[in-house]
Amino acid sequence: MAVGMILRALRSRLTSPTASRYISTLVIAEYDGGSVKSSCISAVVAAKSLGDDNSISMLLAGSGPSLQQAAVDAAKCHPLVSQVLVADSDKFKYPLAEPWAKLVESLQQKGGYSHIIAASSSFGKNILPRVAALLDVSPITDVVEISGSHQFVRPIYAGNALCTVRYTGDRPCMLTIRSTAFPVSIEARSEAAPISQVDLSTFGEDTVSKSSYIGHSSQDSERPDLGNARIVVTGGRGLKSAENFKMIEKLAEKLGAAVGATRAAVDAGFVPNELQVGQTGKIVAPELYMAFGVSGAIQHLAGMRDSKVIVAVNKDGDAPIFQVADYGLVGDLFEIVPELIEKLPERN
Amino acid sequence: MKIMVAIKRVVDYAVKIRVKPDKSGVETTNVKMSMNPFCEIALEEALRIKESGLASEVVAVSIGPAQCLDTLRTGLAMGADRGIHVESTANLYPLAVAKLLKALAELENPRLLILGKQAIDDDCNQTGQMVAGLLNWPQGTFASKVVLDKEKRTMTVDREVDGGLETLLLELPAVITTDLRLNQPRYATLPNIMKAKSKPIKKVTPEDLKVQLKSDLEVVQVTEPPKRKAGVILSSVDELINKLKDEAHVI
Repeated sequence: MAVGMILRALRSRLTSPTASRYISTLVIAEYDGGSVKSSCISAVVAAKSLGDDNSISMLLAGSGPSLQQAAVDAAKCHPLVSQVLVADSDKFKYPLAEPWAKLVESLQQKGGYSHIIAASSSFGKNILPRVAALLDVSPITDVVEISGSHQFVRPIYAGNALCTVRYTGDRPCMLTIRSTAFPVSIEARSEAAPISQVDLSTFGEDTVSKSSYIGHSSQDSERPDLGNARIVVTGGRGLKSAENFKMIEKLAEKLGAAVGATRAAVDAGFVPNELQVGQTGKIVAPELYMAFGVSGAIQHLAGMRDSKVIVAVNKDGDAPIFQVADYGLVGDLFEIVPELIEKLPERN
Repeated sequence: MKIMVAIKRVVDYAVKIRVKPDKSGVETTNVKMSMNPFCEIALEEALRIKESGLASEVVAVSIGPAQCLDTLRTGLAMGADRGIHVESTANLYPLAVAKLLKALAELENPRLLILGKQAIDDDCNQTGQMVAGLLNWPQGTFASKVVLDKEKRTMTVDREVDGGLETLLLELPAVITTDLRLNQPRYATLPNIMKAKSKPIKKVTPEDLKVQLKSDLEVVQVTEPPKRKAGVILSSVDELINKLKDEAHVI
C-alpha cells in the first residue's frame, strides 16, 4: 500500500515535465480538547500553494490523552497531510516558546524540511520567530498570499500597504500565515495519514527550564470563536459602558455571531482583551462584520477590512468607518440595536 | 540591575501612508516620524521598574541611520540614563536587529531586555522572540503586566493571548515584549528634555559588534491593498435588514 504510493510519487516527480523542486513542509500545529485547531488546517491549505508534490508533516506536541486524540483528528483533517508527528511529553504540556523552539529545531535537523509553517495565532507568533533565530533564518510572518515557493505577500503599515517579499536563503523557508487568508473547506480523505511518535529520549537533557506556566484566564463562551465566526458584531467606544455591551451580546446571540471590540472599548474596561479586533489584536474576515459605535481608526480597520460585508452604525456621519462600510446607518445605536434585535429573523 | 530597551523610529501612527508610484516602498520623506508606540511602552515599563528601586540603570538602544538619534533623545528625555546608537544605513530585517541586540546584550549584561511587541511600520512581531532565541533567554511576549520579584531573580508576566490572559514565571535574564495595555507612557517634560541633552549616547557600528549582516530577504514590490467598492448610507433598520438578506445574502 504505502510502498506503492511512494513509488508512484517518486515516478511522478522524476518524469514530471516541470520537475519541481522537492518541497517538504513542517506545520507546527495546535490543538484544543482533542481536535486540531482550524487555523492549523489553514496552514496546510497555505502549504498547498508552495508547490505541487509537497510532503506535509503536521507536528503536535503536548501531553496526555487529548494529544493522542488530536493526532487522530490531524491524521484525517485534510487530504494533503502526509504524516502526523506527535511529541508527547510533560515538557510540552503548556505552549512555552523555549522547549517548543528546541523541539522544532531538532525536528528540522532530523527532517531537513524545505518549509516550516505555523498559523499566525498568538502561539505561532510567539514560537516561530524564536525557531527561525535558532536556525539563522529570516521568517516571513502574517502571510496573506503565497505567490511561489519562496515568494509571499504580507500586510505592512496596518494593512495599508502590501509587501511582496522573496526569501533568498538556502535554509528552511519559514512563515506564519494569516488563517483568514487561507480558508478551509471541508475535504474528505480516504485513509488517515500515518501517525508517528517523536523520539524525545535525548530531548532537553542539557537544558534547564527557565520558564514555567502559572495559569490562564479566559472567557468561556458558547459564542463562536472570533477568529473564524461567520458573523462578527463589534462594539466600540460609543457603547459607553460594560453594561451597554450586553446589548451587543444579545444581538450577537440573535445572529449566532461572535462579539468583537475596538481597542477603545477594551482599554475602557467594557470587555476583556481577547475580543479586540485590530492591527495588534485579532484579524478577522467574516462574511458579515457589524460595527456599532466604532469610529473606524486605521488600526481597527487593519483587523476587519477583509470582511465580505461591512455594516457600520454611528451617530457621526463623518466617522471614517463609513468609508469602508458597504451599508451604513447614521443614527443612535441605542435605538438601532434594539430595533435590529427585534426585527432580525430568527435563526433556524 | 540594568535594563536595556530597544526603541525604533517609525512613521507616526496617525499618518495616512502612501505607496510610492514605482512600488518600491512607502513614502517616508517629509512624513512625521515618532518612537514606535510599543517601544514607548517598553521604555515606560523599564523606567517604572527603575523608579520602584529594583533597577539602577535604563539603557536605550536604537539601530539605524543618524535620525535614530532623535528617537534616542526622546527616550533619554523620558528618563533613560544613557543611549546606544548602532549606526547602519542598511535595510535591516528583524534577524539582523536581533543579532545586533544580542551582541549588545553580551557587552552590557542587562538582566532584562524589553522591546515593543511589534513595530507599526513592518508589523513583523519577530525581533523580541528572535533575540531571546539567540541569547537562549526565556521570553514573555505580548506582556500586559510584568512583576519583578524583590530578589530580582524572576519575573511574573501576564500575556495577552488569543484565548485571554496567560501567566508565566520567567527566570532572569529574560526578554519581554510589550503589548498595548502594559502601561500608559509618560510625556517627556521640558526640564527632562533639557537634561537629556547632556546624557551620553554611544555610537557603535555592526562591525564594532562583530556582527555580519546577511540578507536573506528581498522586497519585490510594495502595493496598495485592493480597494473596497463604495458603500451606501441607508435610512432605516428595515432597509438594512432587507439589504443584508436580499442583496448581500449574509443573513
